[in-house]
Formats: sequence, C-alpha cells, structure tokens
Amino acid sequence: MKVFINGETKEIPQEVNLTELLKYLFLPDERIAIELNKVVVRKKDWENIKINNADKIEIIHFVGGG
Amino acid sequence: MTDIFNLAGKTFNSRLIIGTGKYRSHQEMQAAHTASGAEMVTVAVNRVPLDRKTESFLDYLDEKMQILPNTAGCYDAEHAIRTARLAREALETDWIKLEVIGDKVTLLPDNEQTLEAAKILVKEGFIVLPYFSDDLIMAKKLLDIGCPAVMPLAAPIGSGMGVQNPANLKIMREQLPNATIIVDAGVGVPSDAAIAMELGADAILMNTAIAEANDAAQMATAMNLAVQAGRLAYLSGRMPKRLYASASSPIEGAIK
Repeated sequence: MKVFINGETKEIPQEVNLTELLKYLFLPDERIAIELNKVVVRKKDWENIKINNADKIEIIHFVGGG
Repeated sequence: MTDIFNLAGKTFNSRLIIGTGKYRSHQEMQAAHTASGAEMVTVAVNRVPLDRKTESFLDYLDEKMQILPNTAGCYDAEHAIRTARLAREALETDWIKLEVIGDKVTLLPDNEQTLEAAKILVKEGFIVLPYFSDDLIMAKKLLDIGCPAVMPLAAPIGSGMGVQNPANLKIMREQLPNATIIVDAGVGVPSDAAIAMELGADAILMNTAIAEANDAAQMATAMNLAVQAGRLAYLSGRMPKRLYASASSPIEGAIK
C-alpha cells in the first residue's frame, strides 16, 4: 500500500504498525517522534497502531538550530 | 558574586543560551559550547531523511546541557504546535522555543500567530519561550497567557546587526520589571551582547555570531565574558549621561 512519509510517497507492506515501519525504513527508535495524520503518536502506542493506505506520516529527529 | 538565572523553576549559572546550527563540524560546536559556559542549547526539529543512515545529532551535545527544541521553519500556529508536540514526545521535555516566522526574507516573527500558538501550548503544559518582535504590548500579552519569559529579537535572525532598537528593550525592562526577558537573535559581536545585557536583558540567546566566527570557540569565550560584563554593569547601575563634561580631577588646587 501507498503512504506518505515526510512528504515522500512510499510503498510499504500491509498491516504494518509504527514500530515495524521504523524497522522497515532502517530508522532508529530513540529520540525521534512520529505524527500520524497530524496527531502525535506516543511511543508506547507505536506497536498498537497499524498504518492504513494513504496515511500521512511525519517522522522527526533533531538537527542543529538556533 | 553569585548571580543565578532562574527560568521556569530551573536555575542556570550562565545567562548565555546558544544554538547548535551552522557549525562547520560537530567538534567545533562542542568546543564552542564548552567555551561559552552556556548550560542550555537550542536544537531544531526536522524530518528524518529516508534515503540515508543518520547519526543522532544529540549525541554530540553535553549531557549536562538543558536542551531547548525550537519550532524554526514554522510559518503558522498550527505547524508550530505540531512541531512542539513532536519535540516533546521525542525529547520528553515540556520546554519549547516558540518561533513562528512571518516572512522568508526577513525571518521576522509573526506575532499574531505566535500568540495564538503560545495560548494553546501553555494550556497543554508546555514551558513556552516565545521569540517575537521587540514590542512591549506583545510581551505583556505573552506573559499574561502564561509564558515564563519573553524573547524579543535584537535584529533579524542571523543578521548580526546588534540591538537595533535599544529604546524598545529599555522600555520593556522598565515597564516589566519582574518579567524574564531573553534577547534572542541579531547579536553579531560581544559588544552587542553586552549592550543588551546593560539594557536589562536577563539572558541572551545566540547562534550565528558564534558559529560563523572564524574561531567559534574563541568567540564563544568572548560572548560569555560580554554577557557577564553587561549583566554586572546593569546590576551596578550606569552613571548618568551628561551633555557636558564633568571633571574627574579636582579643579581647585591646580597650579596657576
């Protein structure tokens, strides 16, 4: 199925939860945060939330800034 | 002398807050952070790149530093609020430097959107430190809704032009004697930082002035000293300005 992650269209397997999504994308699970359709998902809920087709996901980390 | 900086229930020995952007290397940033004496650093929230492996930028920050995430790059209240919520989740901190930009060329803040975002974030339990134009009325509104400090600009972000409107800062200090005022953005050289502190700012937040110096660590030392000098001068109380001279040596008794 197709989802939108950080503004990019991505093809991902069906029935994937947020923890599995991070693994699928080779992303770390520390010091990042995930927003699903404009709502922040608490880390403790990542495993319980499955992604649906056309979901919009933002995954953030930290960079240098002022 | 002991001069502790209290902010939102935390105490800091340094009144200099510095950024983490624009450094040429992580090592240079670390050296500058150490030299600055700062105990709080700002970081930006950004999309994780999906096409390459990334290391955690936070690993390069001193563990003792208070991390202050910002909402840089947000042009309306909604994006700033979403960014703040993401930062809180990732860092487990309620502290946020609220920045809602109104214009891409000047990076001047959108005060109206900043206030709107601040109202919501304060209600959600955030410790909101808002960057805004150096306007007394706006400062009052931000404090009234529960911001523990206000962060007026000295000049546009990254401009290095120094305090462009000292009268506004002086008025803000005089009219809000109990408010915590942190001058954020626009400092270019240590004398700018000293001027802001002499005018009564409680602290200074800067990034580019240190990061873009040829020797960032040395400039960080200079800024540290300038902030301290300005603070001491403010606490000491400056002499009155006079239009005419006032002799330092006794006139009477000079030989004729």
